Amino acid sequence: MIYLQLLWVFIKIGVLGFGGGYAMLSLIQHEVVDNYAWMTTTEFADMVAISQMTPGPISINMATYVGYTAGGFFGSLLASFALCLPSLIMVYFIIRLFMNKKGNTLMSHLLKGLKPAIAGLIFAAGLSMMNAQNFVQIGKGENNISIVICVLAFVASYFFKANPILLIVLSGVVGYFVY
Amino acid sequence: MKIVFQLFLTFFKIGAFTLGGGYAMLSMVEQAIVDKKKWIPSDEFWDMMAIVQSLPGVFAVNTALYVGHRIAGRKGAAAAMLGAIIPSIVIILLLATVFREYRNLPVVERIFKGIRPCVVALILAPSIRMIKSAKVTWKTAIIPVATVALIWWLKVSPAIVILVAIAGSLVYAILMERKMKNVENKEVEP
Repeated sequence: MIYLQLLWVFIKIGVLGFGGGYAMLSLIQHEVVDNYAWMTTTEFADMVAISQMTPGPISINMATYVGYTAGGFFGSLLASFALCLPSLIMVYFIIRLFMNKKGNTLMSHLLKGLKPAIAGLIFAAGLSMMNAQNFVQIGKGENNISIVICVLAFVASYFFKANPILLIVLSGVVGYFVY
Repeated sequence: MKIVFQLFLTFFKIGAFTLGGGYAMLSMVEQAIVDKKKWIPSDEFWDMMAIVQSLPGVFAVNTALYVGHRIAGRKGAAAAMLGAIIPSIVIILLLATVFREYRNLPVVERIFKGIRPCVVALILAPSIRMIKSAKVTWKTAIIPVATVALIWWLKVSPAIVILVAIAGSLVYAILMERKMKNVENKEVEP
């Protein structure tokens, strides 16, 4: 049963995942945390950090992690394979279909129209993770340090395009000394 | 057989050593496939990448499938895809096993308490950069705002939101095509 669920969830993500790994975050979060409760919201955040820091495509890293958590070794293979399955079919059909100029402009217009929605999708994934579980409460309902880390990391990433792995390592060091 | 194995090896290296996801990988693929091995001419490679980028799914996998298929057919596609994903699967399996064992240790918990808010920032930053690059105006700002409200506030399934967005974008794409055609016709007429 769990294998069927993993297969279905990641095929769906493979079909609807326009715009790269981060765009899949909302989809994965909705299924994995809200729908099937394979992971808590903190474990989801930890998984994103680990997937970001290890080499290889982020979405394959996340699929492997989710699959392993939900269904062990076989689950991890199944989830990664399910994520690639729609692509296997697309390469044979869609690429041939869109190999001409007309198809190409249609696809690029489609993606242009989708882009604002994808941005909203990614933003929503970040907002959903901004909760009491991920932002540690210190003292009386304050979570100052978490907010300081978040704001500083945001400024460093948005304005200075700082290396995400460096930012994760630095916040880990801060966490080690502060908590 | 040799070329199939070479494809596997090329994408294995790319999968094992590129950090930072799909787009960081692109220049490595270009270097290996176009510059060094000369398997695909440069202009064809970039034309195809424009299409591959607009497809859903894992960008690295789509690229591997296209390159593999173009060079060595189905076997090539399978070899390139496996090469691209096997390093990820092996590394994450090892890490996940260890991490799930030790994540409750106080030291690990402290480190990850610091990391979690950083992860949130690393998700929010590119989404805002994307809104900027999509040239969202006051009129079209309704799209990302509605998306966030539906998913975050009303807990609507993101899958449904994407399907609606695709339908809307298709209408937009077809209208744009018409407009371009009209402009072309007008240019011919006078």
